[in-house]
Amino acid sequence: MRYLPLGPDDRRAMLGVIGAKSVDDLFKDIPQKARVSGLLDLPMHAGELEVERTLGAMAAKNRAAGAGPSFLGAGSYRHHIPSAVDHLIQRSEFLTSYTPYQPEVAQGTLQFLFEFQTNVAMLSGMEVANASMYEGGSSCAEAVLMAGRVTGRPRAILSGALHPHYRDTVRTFTQFSPVEVEYGDPVVDGKEDLAAQLGPDVACVVVQTPDFFGNLHDYTQLGQACRAAGALLVVVVTEVVSLGALKSPGQMGADIFAGEGQSLGVGLNFGGPYVGLFATRRQYIRQMPGRLCGETVDADGRRSYVLTLSTREQHIRREKATSNICTNSGLCALAFGIHVSLLGEEGMRRLAKLNHAAAVQLAEQLGQVKGVKVLNKTFFNEFTVELPGHADEIVEKMVGQGVLAGVPVQRLYRDRPELANLLLVAASETNTDADRAAYVAGLKKVLA
Amino acid sequence: MKPDTVSGNRALDLEEPLLFELGRPGRTGVDLPDAPKVASRLGGLDREGSIGLAGVSEPEVVRHFVRLSRNNYSIDANLYPLGSCTMKHNPRLNEKMARLPGFGDVHPLQPESTVQGALELIHALGHWLKTITGMPAVAMPPAAGAHGELCGMMAIRAAHEAKGDTNRHRVLIPESAHGTNPATAAQCGFTVDPIPGNERGRIDLAAVKAKLGPDVAGIMLTNPNTLGLFENEVIEVAQAIHSVGGYFYADGANFNAIVGKARPGDMGVDAIHINLHKTFSTPHGGGGPGSGPVCFSAALAPYAPLPMVIEQKGRFHLIEHRGGKNEPGEKSFGRMRTFNGQMGMFVRALSYMMSHGADGLRQVAEDAVLSANYIMASCAADMTSPYPGPCMHEALFDDRFLEGTGVTTLDFAKAMIDEGYHPMTVYFPLVVHGAMLTEPTETESKESVDRFIHVLRTLAKKAKSGDAAFFKNAPRYSPRRRVDETTAARNPVLRWTPPAPKAQAAE
Repeated sequence: MRYLPLGPDDRRAMLGVIGAKSVDDLFKDIPQKARVSGLLDLPMHAGELEVERTLGAMAAKNRAAGAGPSFLGAGSYRHHIPSAVDHLIQRSEFLTSYTPYQPEVAQGTLQFLFEFQTNVAMLSGMEVANASMYEGGSSCAEAVLMAGRVTGRPRAILSGALHPHYRDTVRTFTQFSPVEVEYGDPVVDGKEDLAAQLGPDVACVVVQTPDFFGNLHDYTQLGQACRAAGALLVVVVTEVVSLGALKSPGQMGADIFAGEGQSLGVGLNFGGPYVGLFATRRQYIRQMPGRLCGETVDADGRRSYVLTLSTREQHIRREKATSNICTNSGLCALAFGIHVSLLGEEGMRRLAKLNHAAAVQLAEQLGQVKGVKVLNKTFFNEFTVELPGHADEIVEKMVGQGVLAGVPVQRLYRDRPELANLLLVAASETNTDADRAAYVAGLKKVLA
Repeated sequence: MKPDTVSGNRALDLEEPLLFELGRPGRTGVDLPDAPKVASRLGGLDREGSIGLAGVSEPEVVRHFVRLSRNNYSIDANLYPLGSCTMKHNPRLNEKMARLPGFGDVHPLQPESTVQGALELIHALGHWLKTITGMPAVAMPPAAGAHGELCGMMAIRAAHEAKGDTNRHRVLIPESAHGTNPATAAQCGFTVDPIPGNERGRIDLAAVKAKLGPDVAGIMLTNPNTLGLFENEVIEVAQAIHSVGGYFYADGANFNAIVGKARPGDMGVDAIHINLHKTFSTPHGGGGPGSGPVCFSAALAPYAPLPMVIEQKGRFHLIEHRGGKNEPGEKSFGRMRTFNGQMGMFVRALSYMMSHGADGLRQVAEDAVLSANYIMASCAADMTSPYPGPCMHEALFDDRFLEGTGVTTLDFAKAMIDEGYHPMTVYFPLVVHGAMLTEPTETESKESVDRFIHVLRTLAKKAKSGDAAFFKNAPRYSPRRRVDETTAARNPVLRWTPPAPKAQAAE
């Protein structure tokens, strides 16, 4: 076995030192009833070539998004990742290191986490960010739990334009907590009056921009209303590239920002691993979930970094911890950080502009197809169209045209037949004029 | 030690400022074209002012991160004996497989017809996990071990509530458990009732029985436990908890010791999370991403989270919503993340499992346990263990051998750094004084383990010889010497902020 260096002679010698007759003597504490006799009913070991053949065949059964025109979003976006990102994250010292519990030999990880926290704080316009969460939905759920701790209040109000999977994740995380979650019907046009639902028992209001249907919002007034009512404003961003073009959550007065960082550096990966973003006001840091990296000095007075405020965390605080999270998304945070570093201020702005322009062009072209209506007044790189038939059937037919045309809204809102004709369409810098032309031509054919 | 060089560098060790200190306005590491002119649909919500991101070219970015990387310890460089973390070799084949466009470049909401291979892979990995644990069902969404614990405990709570049994608020957890166990139980609305260990380092079965009652929802037990020992009365514990209608959650953090040798399903376990980033070699990446699928007994299987993959007539389906009566997902406790699961980790883990096969996986457990026992036996003359062997895949030492030397476990750990070793897990489990939990894993050669043993024994002798100052001053040769954690916590600096503009010189 290529990954197992010990041979029969080694094993014999080691057993001799231990004073055991056979390796099974070392397993004698396991009750006989629980032991496997012989081998499990699974294939025997295989060489690299055999494994590559089998897994390669499985991979070949999937249509890679990049194999043709692709316009899917709804919380996961396809962007070009600069080559340096994947090379750098595969450096052994990043890839195969553990959580930086021994800071003297983990300054590499700690410094990139400190830079990650800074980048996330800057992009979101917030004061402080943590060292990452699993992904966006659970980050949003942790934001709601945190708002409950900060305010000591029991109600969380979710926007009807919050990503339905985020909403469901919040419900799951809070279902056995003191926080009660309320949400209304899907808000396709982005118009809802959340301030009217505020009251003395409201812990937080959770909103999203660009929202699930692509509409853009300025939540400044809602933030003021929340503050007046003693509630926290949680702003969710599922497409982090939008922060290169749009007023940030911090600039709107958000108390907590929860987001998905997958767009930068991470890739689609069929849904995971991704990287959850989480930021807040400085005054709330002791109520934050997740790891935090802080600046300090070493015994020689040199600037150093270290995991800090761990008295919030499970390994110290146990059942009183702010969250049960331990392993988070370190390597994806690194990929995010490298991508942001390569972009810089100028690249981030340009990337956002390219995305917006790609979406505006696509919206204009699709809007001219007979029977197709673009519903959004505002959007960044994703919008909702109404089709003259069921979106899921049209999407399936578009696969035959070689185009991944978007995400049918009803895939996420199964019990809402009135949304059956709605399709979420996203565009990015990866889409070319030819991609858009193929979409329009394919759609005309499919609708004909 | 702080080098006396002009630059602050020390030959190959290069000091590196923060990225934000390197940045210059207008510099960039990407070339993006001008965007075509379009009529903006941003509705006047354009971002004003600078974001503040650093402008850096590609060569500077590459150099920055390469220099940072050189300050990290890694399993690729040397033995990484962190107990409970299973720092084994991460095969590069796995990395190659995860980067196939058919896995890495697939959107989670593509039509089912375009992702049959991805669903097949998840289904296949689930089959391996079910077979290895001897359990009938598996939930793939959890993103890490603690997320898996949440998944298991939510299923337990949902199962009780489905029976109208709403008064089960207590969960039994051994004092030696990982902190995630009590934190998870609390997050599910349970109160934690700690169970002491016995004189043999195992859970006290009598104490478990004494704590049983109609309000007990279940027990969370790590097996092998955090002391590196197998809970030999595990079946009795399961029977006891089941006798009052409770469920048995097993923390699979230490599964590497028994993979292919014993099955939790045969021990009465109702739920167990498997850390793919431990037992199944997916890289730790400096703290994630992980992956923590949960295997369920038939009793808990109906409550598994969404989404789930099923096979029907050779086609694979992704069940994303609760089903109607007698349909898949009917009783699911819900969704615990946005999308399908840690696909990138699934590919790596399956690649690892297929590489080892049934025969190799069994050998993994045997060699991991053999190496840990070899360390324990080899160090017995110089170091102290709280419990006699055999141990499982971790050798636990306490600090009795340091008594009267003035050297603490922390000092001992820092001295190991100078010797080129990452320390073992220290001060955990909390129930052992000055604990040093040592896990070599099966991917070390005997020569590598022998070198490590030699260092441990020599340091132990040195501590006893009265040279406490040597240990207090360690580490000397690492990129940084002891880091001041107190200052960091007292005055938290959690981000870089631009320096205030320099005051104009007074005229």
